[in-house]
Amino acid sequence: MDLDLFKRKSAYEWEIPPHGEMRVPAIVYASEALVREMDHKVYDQAVNVAMLPGIVKASYAMPDAHWGYGFPIGGVAAFDPDEGGVISAGGVGFDISCGVRCLHTGMKRIDVMGVQKALADALYSRVPVGVGSTGSIYLEGAEMDAMLAGGARWAVEKGWGFREDLERIEEHGQMHGAEPDQVSEHAKQRQSEEMGTLGSGNHYLEVQEVTAVFDAAIARAFGLEMGDVVVMIHCGSRGLGHQIGTEFLKQMATMAGQRGIRLPDRELACAPITSDIGKRYLGAMRAAINCALANRQILTHLVRGVFSDILRQSRLTLLYDVSHNTCKVEEHGTRKLYVHRKGATRAFGPGHPEVPESLRAAGQPVLIGGSMGTGSYVLAGTARSLAFSSACHGAGRAMSRHQASRTWNGRQVVDQLAARGILIRSPSMRGVAEESPQAYKDVTAVVDAADAAGLARKVARLEPLICIKG
Amino acid sequence: MGVRGVGSTKAEAFEQAALAMTAIVSDLAVVDPRKMLRVECEAPDDELLFVDWLNSLIYEMSTRKMLFSRFSVRLNDGRLDGEAWGERVDRLRHQPAVEIKGATYTSLRVAQDNGQWIAQTVVDV
Repeated sequence: MDLDLFKRKSAYEWEIPPHGEMRVPAIVYASEALVREMDHKVYDQAVNVAMLPGIVKASYAMPDAHWGYGFPIGGVAAFDPDEGGVISAGGVGFDISCGVRCLHTGMKRIDVMGVQKALADALYSRVPVGVGSTGSIYLEGAEMDAMLAGGARWAVEKGWGFREDLERIEEHGQMHGAEPDQVSEHAKQRQSEEMGTLGSGNHYLEVQEVTAVFDAAIARAFGLEMGDVVVMIHCGSRGLGHQIGTEFLKQMATMAGQRGIRLPDRELACAPITSDIGKRYLGAMRAAINCALANRQILTHLVRGVFSDILRQSRLTLLYDVSHNTCKVEEHGTRKLYVHRKGATRAFGPGHPEVPESLRAAGQPVLIGGSMGTGSYVLAGTARSLAFSSACHGAGRAMSRHQASRTWNGRQVVDQLAARGILIRSPSMRGVAEESPQAYKDVTAVVDAADAAGLARKVARLEPLICIKG
Repeated sequence: MGVRGVGSTKAEAFEQAALAMTAIVSDLAVVDPRKMLRVECEAPDDELLFVDWLNSLIYEMSTRKMLFSRFSVRLNDGRLDGEAWGERVDRLRHQPAVEIKGATYTSLRVAQDNGQWIAQTVVDV
């Protein structure tokens, strides 16, 4: 993007002052290099979001922002219901509550490398992954509704996990206010065989090693040391969330036309928070959040089973589970706001009551996934509470899937990564080519910018040993 | 990922766009059109109808675990009647690269350009 479009507020804060129909400014947090690389569509979309009714303070874009559907991916916007604020299906995204969960294993690299291949093979055979895969759990009727109301708490009560897991999940593993009745039969049907499945695309399960510690005190509070082995799970609400996003986007877009609301982009379709459709979406979206939390909990159970078979002395405990496609009601100052984060991670600072007590002094863990060949990062929320306490969520693509699959061969990517000690297991070599590490932007540049901007503090770097990829 | 269908009629552009969508997941040549199912949709305008068509196919792909490689569409006054032919996903043979989550309204366009019909949008994967 052209830097002249912005008023530079500091080295990492770039403002688009309100003009035209903008109600508030738009602010991009990024380094100069990242702003230059960003697609101009990020500018257009951040400006469009700033025009929506009831928006508070600013329309924000994170360092990894890129062109999304309506809202930019890496976008944050908060709305006040008392000022006509809106809720937007496009502001949450199709993969509702897509997020990342990180588990300690109690193991060091040296413990794992001797069984690396056996572990990779066992994870790949026990965790359903890829297009067309199904889980061993079939849900329908009252049990489906119980899952949609109960989230990870439901899963733990069913035996897929431990009570202490819940304390390390946002909302204590259960999003309140979920309304399973607002979830269509189509969405439930799409989910019936997908509980405990990882999905495909950029979703993954990785066994990783802590290769750098940047903040020793916070790392200690998070239980992370050099050489530690952790498990990272990245996935969302599967078919159910995709279907809810599809259906409500259509309803909101059609209704906007009928009401004569002029939208600069149809994908910005939204509805007043207090409207009937706004409330129905909120109830359904919260049910999808529970679906994602339950899904990651079941996947955790499968991973625990594999580890206990292969590394008997391991003990998988939760560091944290955080979603990056949500709309949540939060108190900011004296107001209760509806904060949309689309491809952005909540990052509450030290002392925030929503942060688990055992981590509260350090701040909320912010889990950032990279590509399968590079690294992932653990950050912590800061007291500055910028962008309604939000940070980036990942690297973002540098190249289209089409271009990536023409540039690389999946088998070669697997072999090259194996030569570097990273084992890839995937049902699709074309999928691997499309997810090639070089097809992604540099996650380190994104994380460094988030740290320098004050969005979150860099704590540790994680590098993959095993990657299970859809 | 963008999908664009081009045809001499609007219906043909819809069919071609559906082929482009399958090509995001797998090589069309290896998907055997052995089983047929019917798809019906209705929407207030051509663009919303096009998104509905793709989303109906995405729903069928997801719930039936199928891929489709042949399509037939008839359009009549805001209504679509169509057929899709395909088979159940075979991960070894199809090497499916990615699931499609939904069709969006981004870059959505159904229009006639130089005598050709174009139907396009971006699908989320």
